[in-house]
Amino acid sequence: MNLWPWILLAAALAFATKLLGYLVPAKVLANPRMSRVAGTLTIGLLAALTVLNTAVSGHQVLADARLGALVGAAVALYLKAPFLLVVLAGAAVAAVLRLLGWS
Amino acid sequence: MTFLQSPAVRIGLSISVATGLYGVSFGALSAASGLVFWQTMALSLLLFSGGSQFAFIGVLSGGGSGLAAMSAAALLGIRNGVYGMQINALLAPRGLLKIAAAHVTIDESTATGTGQSDPSEQRRGFWVAGLGVFLLWNVFTAVGALIGDALGDPKQWGLDGAAVAAFLGLLWPRVKSRQPAAIAVLCAVATLLAVPFVPSGVPILVAAVVAGLIGWFRHGHEHDGMEPDIEPHSPPGPPSTGPSAAEGSGGR
Repeated sequence: MNLWPWILLAAALAFATKLLGYLVPAKVLANPRMSRVAGTLTIGLLAALTVLNTAVSGHQVLADARLGALVGAAVALYLKAPFLLVVLAGAAVAAVLRLLGWS
Repeated sequence: MTFLQSPAVRIGLSISVATGLYGVSFGALSAASGLVFWQTMALSLLLFSGGSQFAFIGVLSGGGSGLAAMSAAALLGIRNGVYGMQINALLAPRGLLKIAAAHVTIDESTATGTGQSDPSEQRRGFWVAGLGVFLLWNVFTAVGALIGDALGDPKQWGLDGAAVAAFLGLLWPRVKSRQPAAIAVLCAVATLLAVPFVPSGVPILVAAVVAGLIGWFRHGHEHDGMEPDIEPHSPPGPPSTGPSAAEGSGGR
């Protein structure tokens, strides 16, 4: 699959979205529905991406070492670790669980 | 007061370092998801929005199509449009500055800018965080992409676990209260229910529809999900309170 067209299109859309914010009249800002949808979309998409990367493989929902990574990351976040440490914690838990034989 | 003594500049610099550093994880994950070096760099240089970039490669590594990856990235970028309106109201940049400001309008620059009360501090905070994150994010993306290419089997190093952690880290600061947490759970469940029945990459769009409908029909709560994702590493010194506090209404 040639990804370049999708990468460039995604980049163009991202920039157009940002620029649109600077071009719309200020009164649109007063429309709370716009902010609400942008906010719930952000929460919903990040939640979906989290579970997809944790528990989905192809068309199957399953529990593997990535579930351990989720728990490890949650503990790190609860302890207010910086983002990079959180990511490293997730990687470390998954790698160790695989070493122990849980794929 | 010299430039470096300005609280907004200090906040902007520390956010730039903290955010830039985790560009390493994006670069490595992007390489693991199958993108070549310059494709990874194109995402950081041109798309330049951490959440959308992680979404793009996250959908791909889950087996989704380029179209699904692009859709997820574009939808996750909608909040940047709202940030753009806020920054435009504060700074009103003109001409080429408007173009540059739009490109560096992300969670971190918006939070640093809107977290200040003095107009010149708002300007300094926005630009220092925006340009600083842009520079360091791209440098460390390159480092991560080279490391990722050298690692070999990404699973052996737990890189798929790193992706899980990255998404949870982006979600975490936005679900501090009960309602956003409920939305997150609902969308997560909808995603998992859709997985067996629809093509890869589509479950995330199901979640987007559910989330969009909730946002469209409920009242109040304008700021849920719009907390910039700079936590948990908020800098020392004067608190950067984010857009919601700057507008003087918490919305909850």
